[in-house]
Amino acid sequence: MPEHHRDDEGAKLGMWLFLFTEILLFGGLFVLYAVYLQRYQPDFHLASAELDVRMGALNTVVLITSSAFVAWGIAALKRGNVKVATRMTVLTIAFAAVFLVVKYFEWGAKFHHGLYPGGAELDARAQGQMVYFALYYLMTGLHGVHIVVGMGVLSWVLWLVNTGHVTPERYVALENAGLYWHLVDLIWIYLFPLFYLIT
Amino acid sequence: MTESTAQGTFWDKRGLASWLFTTDHKRIGMLYLWCIMAFFAIGVVLGLLIRLELIAPGQTIMGQQAYNATFTLHGVIMIFLVVIPSVPAAFGNIFLPLQLGADDVAFPRLNMFSWWLYAIGAVIALAALFTGDGPPDTGWTFYVPFSAVTTTNVSVAVTAVFILGFSSILTGMNFVVTIHRLRAEGMTWGRLPLFGWSLYATAWIQVLATPILGITLLLIFAERVLGMGIFDPSRGGDPILYQHLFWIYSHPAVYIMILPAMGVISEIIPVFARKAIFGYKTIAVSSLAIAFAGSLVWAHHMFVSGMSDTAVMVFSLLTFIVAIPSAVKVFNWTSTLYKGSIRLEPPLVYALGFIFLFTMGGITGLVLGSAGTDIHVHDTYFVVGHFHYVIFGGTGFGMFAALHYWLPKVYGRMYNKKWANISAVILVIGMNGLYFPMYILGLAGMPRRYFDYLPQYTSMHVASTVGSWITAVGLVMMAVNLWVGMRSGPRVGRNPWGAATLEWRTKSPPPTHNFDEEPIVDRGPYDFKGVQPDA
Ligand code: HEM
Ligand SMILES: [Cu+2]
Repeated sequence: MPEHHRDDEGAKLGMWLFLFTEILLFGGLFVLYAVYLQRYQPDFHLASAELDVRMGALNTVVLITSSAFVAWGIAALKRGNVKVATRMTVLTIAFAAVFLVVKYFEWGAKFHHGLYPGGAELDARAQGQMVYFALYYLMTGLHGVHIVVGMGVLSWVLWLVNTGHVTPERYVALENAGLYWHLVDLIWIYLFPLFYLIT
Repeated sequence: MTESTAQGTFWDKRGLASWLFTTDHKRIGMLYLWCIMAFFAIGVVLGLLIRLELIAPGQTIMGQQAYNATFTLHGVIMIFLVVIPSVPAAFGNIFLPLQLGADDVAFPRLNMFSWWLYAIGAVIALAALFTGDGPPDTGWTFYVPFSAVTTTNVSVAVTAVFILGFSSILTGMNFVVTIHRLRAEGMTWGRLPLFGWSLYATAWIQVLATPILGITLLLIFAERVLGMGIFDPSRGGDPILYQHLFWIYSHPAVYIMILPAMGVISEIIPVFARKAIFGYKTIAVSSLAIAFAGSLVWAHHMFVSGMSDTAVMVFSLLTFIVAIPSAVKVFNWTSTLYKGSIRLEPPLVYALGFIFLFTMGGITGLVLGSAGTDIHVHDTYFVVGHFHYVIFGGTGFGMFAALHYWLPKVYGRMYNKKWANISAVILVIGMNGLYFPMYILGLAGMPRRYFDYLPQYTSMHVASTVGSWITAVGLVMMAVNLWVGMRSGPRVGRNPWGAATLEWRTKSPPPTHNFDEEPIVDRGPYDFKGVQPDA
């Protein structure tokens, strides 16, 4: 069977459609957030005060930086610099890992204090706070899953670059992976103020 | 001119692996078709069992819990495994690229992956029935709080539906890109066959609505497995929000079910009326209008859930508005038939059955869409009657029409036309016998999802059960006739119906790469001048 003809425009269009679906997936949760915030404003304030803004801010910086790396890598590949492209992709993956580590400590601390659905501390709180934390774990958790998926996708593209399947002439796979990573970054940029800064 | 089936067709390669790992859109479409047919058969048997239980008051053949499980299974299988993928995934896959003059969809490997997701989702769905503490008993809507607390196998079922949804999204994405990028030379948007237009509108719904179902199912999973309590009133949650999320997907999903079937009808009517379809543009645009307006009416499923009066009124009005483009289509079809030179071949007979049954279902939809009457018939058999007319009479008949229209192309053989027509008539009679009494039952106050009822409802239930048998007879006759025809019917040439769309320009069955030479489009899809049937 002859090679299916190549269509970079089509591949990008497909990726954009997929990103739409991701936004809508989170969209459902954002709607829930909006409704519950309106219903339990004071409780959301109180609960939010308990998150560690510094950790959240750190993670925001980590993600934005990683997004810059990936963009840099794509630009480098287009200019023919495979080595820089590889390095930048590796850095992106490394920063993604840093994000997860920070998240791990954050969640760990909360769990330690019984602040999780069904946990003793949270169960004693007002209903609005329970909802707040449920949403917090759901949304940051789903976002975390996307980070992991993104790391997988980037590693796969890295492998494609190293084996010569993705080249300065055929870079759409890296570009699409980059688009995905920007989306993950973008969603976090909304999650950060919603959960950490509404006090 | 007849070609041998044995040489140079997409059937040639043999062996299981050559099917399971195929990237040929026609083969993938056939894989879908076979699975869908098998599940349809299972679903019908379950439906017949439900009807048998209801033939008399009190327990007849099964107890209450078994009954709940049976109608849940019936609903889940029919909705998620049969109707949603039916026309788009099976016939869309086979015929969209052919109609566009392309040699495949935009992402053939992704297409194979979608089918695998469908197969895996289906296996998990079946596993949900036979493992754990019994099959789910929530109804196919998985409403909280019950779905969060029942001990039956809801988590597994929800996982299955999530995977099926993902498959649906990927198919939609693939079709949008295919239609944008792979149209043959000369195929402007104004020459896109109406089946293509309907798949285009459907694909957008698949892409834009299914993620909402995804998140809803993830949330049920989180409720059950992680104890999140996001919809649990005792922990500050709100079950009504679940219903909103669920129906934001599931109302548009009914258009995933019906639009492609309407596309099939729009193909068939002009071919057998030998006349350019009346209002090509309005039909194309009304598909998009249905897709758009259909996304705004979800809350008509919740008139009695405690929304504000204003909300009820707004959603009631919107629901009426979405009926307009559907009605427009019906008028366009009938105007096309008017003064056409009609050939009453089986595809047209099934298409007429579609128009009749769908109209019956559509009009009663308005009864449900206006809040005043809905409050009376909500959750009664009226609803069951309505959606069976629409999805069985509509999507089901669209599917049957597609089978009779296109299978000669796929197999290169023709079924017995007389028997095809007879089964169509039996089916229409059977379906009216089966579902019309449900309208009456509903108006008389018989609630749905009950395995027992008061004696005054008996006669209508008996009528409905007898109708289910007639329907079953029609289905078996149709299936046998198609089966025999495909195996050993007389061979057909390229264009047995004398249609003008591109799929009829290639051999029957088509070769692996669809066309011997790249087709160039120089006329509209319903311009029959000079096109001769060749059978
Ligand atoms: C011979 C064919 C069929 C028969 C006899 C049949 C019968 C029934 C009956 C009696 C119910 C009502 C259960 C109740 O509310 O107590 C039901 C529910 C349902 N049916 Fe069918 N049906 C058939 C075909 C179909 C088809 C083709 C579809 C889909 C296209 C379908 C989809 C559904 C759904 C979604 C429900 C709702 C289940 C629920 O309430 O959760 N059925 N069916
Ligand atoms: Cu609806």
